[in-house]
Amino acid sequence: MVDQLRGKSAIVGVGHAGFGEAPGFSAYDIMAQSALAALDDAGLKLSDVDGLFCTMMEDAMPVLMAAEYLGIQPRYVDGTMTGGSSFVNYLTSATLALQAGLCDVALICYGSNQRTASGRLVTASKLPPYEGLYNPRYPISAYAMAAARHMYEYGTTREQLADVAVAARAWARHNPEAFERDALTREDVLGARMVGDPLTTRDCCLVTDGGGAIVMVRADRARDFPKAPVYVLGSAAASSHRQISQMQDFTVTAARDSGKRAFAMAGVTPGDIDVVELYDAFTINTILFLEDLGFCAKGEGGGFVADGRIAPGGALPVNTNGGGLSCVHPGMYGIFTVIEAARQIRGDAPGLQQDNVELALAHGNGGVLSSQVTAILGAASTV
Amino acid sequence: MPENQGPDKTFRDGLAKGQINLQQCNDCKKFIFFPRVLCPHCKGQSLTWHPASCGGIVHTTTTVRRKPERGGDYNVCMVELAEGVRMMSRVDEISPAEVTIGLPVTAFVGEIDGVPAVLCKPVEE
Ligand SMILES: [Zn+2]
Repeated sequence: MVDQLRGKSAIVGVGHAGFGEAPGFSAYDIMAQSALAALDDAGLKLSDVDGLFCTMMEDAMPVLMAAEYLGIQPRYVDGTMTGGSSFVNYLTSATLALQAGLCDVALICYGSNQRTASGRLVTASKLPPYEGLYNPRYPISAYAMAAARHMYEYGTTREQLADVAVAARAWARHNPEAFERDALTREDVLGARMVGDPLTTRDCCLVTDGGGAIVMVRADRARDFPKAPVYVLGSAAASSHRQISQMQDFTVTAARDSGKRAFAMAGVTPGDIDVVELYDAFTINTILFLEDLGFCAKGEGGGFVADGRIAPGGALPVNTNGGGLSCVHPGMYGIFTVIEAARQIRGDAPGLQQDNVELALAHGNGGVLSSQVTAILGAASTV
Repeated sequence: MPENQGPDKTFRDGLAKGQINLQQCNDCKKFIFFPRVLCPHCKGQSLTWHPASCGGIVHTTTTVRRKPERGGDYNVCMVELAEGVRMMSRVDEISPAEVTIGLPVTAFVGEIDGVPAVLCKPVEE
C-alpha cells in the first residue's frame, strides 16, 4: 500500500529567508518571506496554495496564524507538532493530501526570529512534570546524557564528537548562506566552553533567525514548473518517547525504524544515497543517525565520522550546507534538511554542489531524540 | 493508598510524607514510572502501589555548567531503580564531576526549591 505513494508527489519549489539575523522581523514575517521565495521558485502565487502545512514556536494554533498572515483560506491544513521533525513529516501528509485530491498545491513553511528576539534557543514546550524540577538545561542536558551513554558503551570520544562539528564547518565555509564560516578545528571544539558535559558550545547547534518553505504538487504535473522536480520516493516516521527519561536505550533512536521503512518504500539502500542531510542539533545526533539509518553499525559512528569521512571530499557527503551546527538553526531545523537535499538533486545547492546527485536522504529529529522522520528524495531518473 | 484520586497525586502525597512509592502492574508484574492509570508494557489497568527499594544505579549523567554567582555547576542524571524503572534525578553529597555511569546510589526524598523531590546519594561503603 505504502509503495503506491512512491514518487507520487514532488517538490517543485524551495525557498528560505532571514538566515542568521533578521532584526525587527517577526517569526511570521520570516515564514511569509520564505513562503514567497518558495512559490517564486515554483512559478506559483500565494493564491494557488490550497494546502498549508506549518507549525511554529509561537502561538498554540500556528497553522491558523500562518494562513491568516498569508491571506489564504486553505482547504487542507496540517499543524502536527513533533518538534523539528515536523517539516519532514509533512512530506508524508502533503503527499497523502495531494494524492487524495484534498489539495493541489501544498505549501510547507516555517520561520523563527529566536536569535534577534531572545538570543536563546527557544523551545515550544514546557518541561515535563517529572523532569522540570531538576532544572535540566532543555534540550542540551538530554542530548548530553545520550552522548555520555554512547561514550560509556562504545568508547566514543569527545574528539570524535568534535569531528562532526569540524566537518559541518568545513561544508559551511563553502556556503555563502551559512551563518558561521570561520575555520574551526578539533581543538577549538574541545576547548570551547563546556555547557553540559560532555558537550561544549561547539557541540551545539547555532541559535539563528531563519525560515524555510517547500512547494509540493502531484507527480503527474511536476514537470510543468520552471525547476526540475524532486520526487518523494520514501518517507516514514517513528515516535519513541517524549521525555528523555522514557527513552528506552539512550544509544538507539527510532531512526532505526523510520529509516528502515523509508528505505523500503523507496526501494533503495544506504549505499545508494548520494548526499545525506541529518538534523544535527548536537554533534551526537549525526553519529546516532548515521548508525541508526544504516550507514554504519551501532557503536561505530564515532570512528565513522573521524578522519574527514563526512567532510568535503570524504566518502559520504553529510550536511552539505553546514547543517544546524554551522549553517542555520532557527529553533527547528528539519525543513532545511529537505531544502538542501532538494537543491543538491536539482544541482543548485548554494555551497559545495556534489556531482550527479540522484538520491538524497533528509532526516528530521524532534523533541529530545523523541520523533524521527526519514525521507528519501530522488531526481526524475529514480522514479 | 487511596483509590479515589489520580496516580500523580498519590505519588506526590507519598513524597510529602517522605516516601517514594512506585506502581506495579498486577498483570505483567512490571514496575512503572511515571505514575499513570495503565501499564505501558501490557496495557493492564490493575496497578498496585509499593514502597520503592530506593536502591539504584546511575544510568547516565551530565553536569549542567552554571556560573558560580548563579549557584555553580550541578548534576542531572538518569537513575535506574532496582525495580527496573528509570527517572530523572540528581546525585547529592558528591561533586557533579564525581557522578559516573554505573555509580550505585540510594534514592531519598529531598527538596528542590521547597518542593519534595526524589534525590540520590552514593551508597555508603
Ligand atoms: Zn503490565
